[in-house]
Formats: sequence, structure tokens, C-alpha cells
Amino acid sequence: MKSEQKRQERIDRGIKVRSENIYALMSWRELAYLAAPRLALILGMLILPLVMPGTYWQRVISIVCIYALLALSFDFLAHFLGLVSLGGAFFTGVGGYLAAIMNTSWGLPPALTIPLATVAGACICTLVLLPCLPLRGVYFAIVTLMYPLAFARVIEALDIFGGTDGITGIDSFVNRWVEQYLVISAVLLVLFGLRRLVNLDLGLVFRAVKDNDQAVKASGMSVTRYKAIAVFIGSAMGCLSGACLVHIYMWSGISLFALDFSILPIAATVIGGAGTLAGPVLGCLILVPVSELLRAFGTLRIVFYALILMAFVVFRSEGLLVYGRRKYEQFERWTSV
Amino acid sequence: MDILIYGVINSIALALMALGFALVYGISRVPNFAHGALYVVSGFVTWALLRAAGLHYFLSICISMSLTAILGGLIYQFVLIRVRGMPISEIIASYAIGLAILEGLRWGGFKGMTYTLPVFIDGSISIVGTPVDFHRLLVVLAGAAVVFLLWLFTRFTRTGLALRGMAQDERAALMLGIDSDFMAVVAMALGSMLAALAAVILLPLGNIVVEAGYNVLILAISVCIVGGLGSWMGAVLAAFLIGFAQIITVVYLGPHFQMVVALLAIIITLIIKPSGLFGRQKELEERV
Repeated sequence: MKSEQKRQERIDRGIKVRSENIYALMSWRELAYLAAPRLALILGMLILPLVMPGTYWQRVISIVCIYALLALSFDFLAHFLGLVSLGGAFFTGVGGYLAAIMNTSWGLPPALTIPLATVAGACICTLVLLPCLPLRGVYFAIVTLMYPLAFARVIEALDIFGGTDGITGIDSFVNRWVEQYLVISAVLLVLFGLRRLVNLDLGLVFRAVKDNDQAVKASGMSVTRYKAIAVFIGSAMGCLSGACLVHIYMWSGISLFALDFSILPIAATVIGGAGTLAGPVLGCLILVPVSELLRAFGTLRIVFYALILMAFVVFRSEGLLVYGRRKYEQFERWTSV
Repeated sequence: MDILIYGVINSIALALMALGFALVYGISRVPNFAHGALYVVSGFVTWALLRAAGLHYFLSICISMSLTAILGGLIYQFVLIRVRGMPISEIIASYAIGLAILEGLRWGGFKGMTYTLPVFIDGSISIVGTPVDFHRLLVVLAGAAVVFLLWLFTRFTRTGLALRGMAQDERAALMLGIDSDFMAVVAMALGSMLAALAAVILLPLGNIVVEAGYNVLILAISVCIVGGLGSWMGAVLAAFLIGFAQIITVVYLGPHFQMVVALLAIIITLIIKPSGLFGRQKELEERV
């Protein structure tokens, strides 16, 4: 036996263990250790619009938040419920069209259309998806992939809601600061709200539905009912993003059902770290600006996402946030076996 | 009469598109979301060989089919095999590959009306008062031949039997000395080849466009779900069901509703009989 075998072991940092529960109150250092990542995200998001050069990049920040909402919705449904929805664009489309119709036909201001479109859109999405909720895995993914395509075709075929031209003349926000801080606060509220939600009893049932739905059934709870609740929450986020989007662009059309809104959030979730909720936001903060930089290349940027997505799924499935958290909470060393 | 004849043709076309998908899913349980991309790729490869390289039509078809088969095998061997058994990752990875291929082709300038393949035989014939192109008749013949050959292949050749063994019980197949990873690669290559075959047979009827990739994927999936995923005979039967439903909607409602029919077919099937027309009990447990 010449070569000495070594293996890497990971041990929690002392400060992580010390700050795990009530002991976090021991000192400011522990408190700071716990608060630093969260504050970095919140303050970073709040400062972003101020430091961005020019209106173009400020607009990009709004788009980042729109995608972040969609990515949160995907992450929530896929990794806490086991419902892989390949059709995030469906939620954007429904929310966007509802907001556009309320604004142009009924003359409601954005302050009313956005919450109304969010709730009404979530109801519609849940009702439409209700027949597919008993499905699992591949089957749900396939059905949701088709919904946005089919709705776009129906709008095209029946020539309703402005047909292929879309709806124009939608009110924009009062000014761009309102627009940006609205979407940013929406993302932060949804993010921290979801983190609370998944730790409630309801969140426990959600995870049980994902891991072992037979057990949930055996406990006398209706799996479909919990899935419906979750889809309502998830699609509300998607509809919110769609409603904000039409007010930002002042236009609503079939491209709200486009593939971008389905694929980019998934890519962001995979890159950021699946099942972490904060990961998708991080992924969007990276991917969307990169995609803006690549805008000159046209559809090549979808190729670019798709390849990154594939590489991350296959070779680095943990994602950036999980990796970062491991480095933050643990240290590694080599020990001889 | 129109409905009957064009319904049959449309159904066979759908069956051709769906067989490759059904084969791959049935054997390796990998939903190959890159199916539509492989279909379009083989169309463009055939076009490139025929028009740009100036090869003989039949030769370029053979080359493009083998290239697509190799591509499918490589995709499985180097990417999908690593995520096998993780449904979410399988879907995302194969969908990403398909997307990369399709959008890459679009970026490469393959769009518009300029890319067409010639029909095999020109001219048309009148069947009971309905004019039908020879090529459309050829589609029917080719479809029937493919289904028959596939049946022969899976029943009377060693590879085919091994594939069926894999599909029924992978562990038992492993015990009998069937290399399951290699067989899954073979299945994927075969499925890709069927996609390519469908492409070269169906594409002369229209233009080669990138959007066809998405449509083919959706149609293939809906046929497979209605027929029961993994069941080949079910897929053929479901192709007839959806094919006729589509033609009837086109005649009475308008061509925009074709895709809506496919979606409705899926939803209704999933609600009424989740295992599909010919699905087995095992699959029922998996999906509901």
C-alpha cells in the first residue's frame, strides 16, 4: 500500500452551528452572519435601480424582476409540489391579457388592474389546469407545455383580444421609479413570503405531496386540493408578472405566450439552485442581463440558454446558490482514510 | 369522401411522427423532447446534401437518416444517460437540446419559404372523385410499411427482442445479459432514425421550417398520450383518432384549430382514461 488514500470531508463552520437557533442572539457577530446574505439580497435589489446607468438598464432591472417572479413560480411548483410546469408563459399570458383588457376596456388604472388581474388570472389558470392536476411528472410537464401554445393559437384563430396585433394603448406606470420599486418589492415579498409558506404546515403537506402522495392520501387529505392551492399561488405569481409586463411595455400580444417566458425562468432556476427559492432570483439576476448583452445575436441567445441549461442540468445540478451556501456554512479539508 | 381519404393520409403522417417518440419512451423511459428538433435537422441535412452537395436524392435521404440516428445516439450516450431516472432533469435536458438545435438552425438562416424537398413522384390520381397526389399515397404506403417492419423487427430479430425485453422488465433483461445502456442508445438511435424517416417522407409536402419542430413534438406527444405512452399499437390507433378529428375540424371549423384538437385530445384522454387507450396498469400508477 504505497499511495495513501485521502478523502474530502465537510464540516460545519463553528459560527453556523452557534447561530443555528436561539443562540444566534449570543452576539452581534452571529446575528450578522445570519443576516448578511439576506440583507445583501434585499439591499442589493433596492439599490440596483439607483446605480444603473441610463433608463435602458433600469428597464432591464424591471425585466429581471418579471422573470424572477416567473422563476419563483416554477421553483415553487416544481421543487415543492413536484409539478414541473414547462408553460410559465401561460400564466404571463393570462395575467397580461386580463390586465390589458381591464385597462383598455374598463378604464381601470394600473393600481387596480394589477391586483385584479393577479387574482382573477390565478383563478382562471387554476380552473383550466384543474383537470390535469392528478397527473405527475412527465405528463404534467407535457400538458403545461401545450397550454400557452394552444391559447396563442385560439387567440389567433378567433381573432379576439386584438388578434395578432395585440392590444395597444395600455397605461404605463406614473414614472419609472414606481415601476421599478413595485416589481422589486413584489419579488422580495413573494420570495420571503414563499420561504415562510413552505415552512408552515401547509408547506409540509406540499412537500409530502411531492415526495409521497400515497401517504398524503392515506392521511385523508385530498392531493388534488393541495395541488390546486399550490397552483393558485404559483399562477398568481405568474399572472402578477404578466400584468406588470403589459404595463411596462404598454402593449399586450401573443408574444406574452412566447417560449421565452417558459424557458428562461427554468434556466434561471437550474443555474441558481433548484428548490432554494432565492436561487431562481439569483439566476435571473445573472441570466437576464447576459441575455440583454447578447440581444444582437438574435435567436442565438436561446441556443445559448439552452446549452447552459443542459450543461447545468447534466453536470452541475446543484446550482450556484447551493454551492455558495455550502462554502458559506461549511469548510472542507482532506483527511487520510 | 374528402374527409375519409385525407383523414387516412393525415393519420398515417401523425403515426409516422409519433412512432419514434413512442419507441424511445417505451424502451428507455426517456421522454425525448428533442424529437421535433431531430425531425427538422434531418430535413435540412437532406436538403443540404441534395441541393448544396448535389447528391442523388435517395442517397442523401439514406445519409441524413443515418446521421440523425448517430446524432440521437450521441445525445443519449453523452447527455441523457447521466440524468436517467430523474424525470425533471430528463425533460429539461432533452428539451434544452431540442431548443438549442432548433433555434440554432433559425439563427443559421434556415427560415422562410426557400427550403423545399422535391416530391418522389409527381402527378396526382383521382380516387372516387377526390384528387390525391401520388406522394400522399406514398405516405400511406410508407407508413404502413414502417409499422409492419417495426412489428417484424421487434418480434423476429435479436436486437428487437432485446429492446422489448428492456421495455418490459429492465432488471430481468439485465440478468439475461442484455446491456441495458447500450440498448437504450440503440433505441434512441432508432427513434431518431424514425423521426428522420418521417421528415423525409412528410417534408416534400410542404416547406422545411423550424416551427415544424415544435409542431411535430406536440403532435407526437399528443398521439403518444392518447394511445398510452410506450404502446406502439396504441400510438398508431391514436394517430387515426387524432388524424380524423383534425381533418374534420379543418373542414368544418378552420385550419387554426388543428393544434387545439391535439390539446383537447390530451386533456380529455387524461381525464377519462389516464393510461391512454392501450396503456397498461403499471403506467396508470405512474401518472395518477
